[in-house]
Amino acid sequence: MSLRNYLDKIRPKFEEGGKLHAFKSVYDGFDSFLYVPSETSKSGASIHDAIDSKRIMSIVVIAVLPAMLFGMYNIGYQNAVYAGKLADATFWGMFFYGFLALLPNILVSYIVGLGIEFAWAQWKKEEIQEGYLVSGILIPLILPVTIPLWMLALAVAFSVIFAKEIFGGTGMNIFNPALVARAFLFFSYPSKMTGDISVWVSQKSICGLGFNVGQIPDGLTTATPLGQMAQGAAVPFNTDWVTGLIPGSVGETSIIAIAIGAVILLWCGIASWKTMLSVFVGGGVLGAIFNATGSLSLPWYDYLTLGGFAFGAVFMATDPVTSARTETGKWIYGFLIGAMAVIVRVLNAGYPEGMMLAILLGNMFAPLIDYCVVERNISKRANRLKNK
Amino acid sequence: MVNVIKLHKGLDIRLKGAAEDSTFSAGTVSHYALQPGSFVGLTPKVVVKVGDKVLAGDPLFVNKQCPEVRFASPVSGTVTAVVRGDRRKVLAVEIDADAEQKYHDFGKSDPAALDAEGVKKVLLEGGLFGFINQLPYAVSTTPDTAPKAIFVSALRDMPLSADFEMELKEPSAASDFQCGLTALSRIAPVHLGVGRHQQAGALLNARDVDINVFDGPCPAGNVGVQVNNIDPVNKGEVVWTVDPTAVIFFGHLFNTGNVDMTRTIAVAGSEMKQTGYARVKVGAKIGEVLGDNVKTDRHVRLLDGNPLTGCKTTADGYLGAHTSEITAIPEGDDVNEFAGWIMPRLKDFSTSHSYFSWLFGRSRKYDLDARIKGGERHMIMSGEYDRVLPMDIYGEYLIKAIITGDIDKQEQLGIYEVSPEDFALAEFVDSSKLPLQQIVRQGLDTLRKENA
Repeated sequence: MSLRNYLDKIRPKFEEGGKLHAFKSVYDGFDSFLYVPSETSKSGASIHDAIDSKRIMSIVVIAVLPAMLFGMYNIGYQNAVYAGKLADATFWGMFFYGFLALLPNILVSYIVGLGIEFAWAQWKKEEIQEGYLVSGILIPLILPVTIPLWMLALAVAFSVIFAKEIFGGTGMNIFNPALVARAFLFFSYPSKMTGDISVWVSQKSICGLGFNVGQIPDGLTTATPLGQMAQGAAVPFNTDWVTGLIPGSVGETSIIAIAIGAVILLWCGIASWKTMLSVFVGGGVLGAIFNATGSLSLPWYDYLTLGGFAFGAVFMATDPVTSARTETGKWIYGFLIGAMAVIVRVLNAGYPEGMMLAILLGNMFAPLIDYCVVERNISKRANRLKNK
Repeated sequence: MVNVIKLHKGLDIRLKGAAEDSTFSAGTVSHYALQPGSFVGLTPKVVVKVGDKVLAGDPLFVNKQCPEVRFASPVSGTVTAVVRGDRRKVLAVEIDADAEQKYHDFGKSDPAALDAEGVKKVLLEGGLFGFINQLPYAVSTTPDTAPKAIFVSALRDMPLSADFEMELKEPSAASDFQCGLTALSRIAPVHLGVGRHQQAGALLNARDVDINVFDGPCPAGNVGVQVNNIDPVNKGEVVWTVDPTAVIFFGHLFNTGNVDMTRTIAVAGSEMKQTGYARVKVGAKIGEVLGDNVKTDRHVRLLDGNPLTGCKTTADGYLGAHTSEITAIPEGDDVNEFAGWIMPRLKDFSTSHSYFSWLFGRSRKYDLDARIKGGERHMIMSGEYDRVLPMDIYGEYLIKAIITGDIDKQEQLGIYEVSPEDFALAEFVDSSKLPLQQIVRQGLDTLRKENA
């Protein structure tokens, strides 16, 4: 309890008039992070469920961890493949290489994002909201590992301020902040976001780990399977697409790691199974239609395993704040995203990855979908009065 | 065959210290008070002075807007104080009870022979009319409203709440209950809501009423939920809702001509040394009822009511007019729980699978304290309220409409059909920790003012 006593001892410094009152939100944030607030209810229900938004956000971060850990390994693996030295690489060597390559991205994302959140909370005299804990880990995972840190910092700052805080913070935002950060980079610095392997594969040795990639062997110059397809190449299905040993954004490649996360989210009831399932159904149905009409040579399931589709469906589309909130609405919302992702990919060769735009579009339509669902309840009530 | 309505949404919270089916011998109570706050929405005008002698049934205060609605004294004795709070708001009229109780005799009458006006007149004169609540607004009603139906829910299923069947075991309770139902049926069709496990003949064989059995988890016993599932309130309509114990008071008035507000309450909660059912009068001083029955080894919260809807009170507080139980749970303000966001917290209850209460099945009982266990946030998770709200209403959207003060939207989304207690479970499960009952109450009050 000595930590508790220490926190109580320094509390007066952070109160109004204390020396450090400019950091009150930060103090409260750490205090409630370390100890469950012992504040009791004043009116209304005297008992409360143990769940709170800290718990929810923590579970989401835990669910993302398998994808992040695999992503680290894959960074090292791709580095070894393109250096042509896969035979010399060890498992731990590749993992730690990836760890060191990704760590700066994660740190920059959290430091910039949380810094803005802390300052904003203090300015508005509010409690610090936990939402960025999730966005902060998602952002590095949906970007190429080679993204320059200053661009990352800029994108994080843009998304936290303009996609979240100006709307009123976590719970009030219309668009998923992590995807807004990605969209910002995608349209501002496209050369760092798509293209050949110089974008997708980390090519420099770090602290003696990994390899300096020199001349890239012929036939390996184009990077992701989606990128190759966009150029009209025929790409046969490959089990690496499921295990994730392909170049791509850090967290999105391994279907297995994402599936582990999906199980955690669904079991804890944090992600809606309706949204998640209907994204896959939407993508599958549109894939099958394109396949049948001949605009697409691949079987429908290929599209669900490639690119950010699975990662987006599991971690992005299910964000409760920006997705549809009514149960009927969730079906429509998910289907719209899945279908739209495949449409963008197939019909617009300029954007080989359609998931980001599809989810942002879904975010935009979610309030409209909900409006229609709720309006049905409203007109039912109005009719009840009329039919009297 | 009675009509069975199955409800699927909701949640039964199993708390330690549910009242045993035994008698709790309450202490001798000599201090009483009737609190206008028990009658929601009432502006009282006190009609007695300190030092006045009153009989049980004599009015202590009346409704200022509608002075024929009187509020009867639960006991005979001497008025000792009119307690006022901020802006001289009347909080309570305190009475020292006589050792020998004397009743104002209003004369017997047979409700079956009366018309609606006759029944209202008896209830108004006897000072019991204010026990009738109404939807919309979930407030104490007035005789100028014309209800399309009257709802009585005999099912109390909030955690630690008193079983109404224990009340019916009293000798004259069953006949008083039937008489009260008959009286109400003279005013409007009466719907009696019964729980699936309730077997008492007075409920299942009740006459002059439409009986519906509600089969489902809490809040199936909420009268508002029953109204919504049988005959929802539209704009411009009024239904009356009556607590089953008040029906007994009504019946007793018709049968004997006396106002006797003796009722059976549950004494429950993990912080009670002994639990059980006690016979007390409305307005009894809680400390005198309980004696030294409350544990003292940790901070305790005493509640006038159950842990979901009850008001915080103390041993110096008085039993509310509609209160069917006194409960004691740990306050919890002295608990320091380290890193709750990641710990397993096996002793805590949660509907979320991110905790482990699902592992322990339905037999395990929990000892929950009064901590909110999290900071207040904007609404983040979706569908939380609707899981525990068995009404054809989009709870989240209604709450948002109330928060933003959009009255048109509130009406469209069905605010006339709800009362704060319907959102008690939603307040429990809410991960954003919003004070939903308070929000709904404020919304209803504002709307009532706007529509007045």
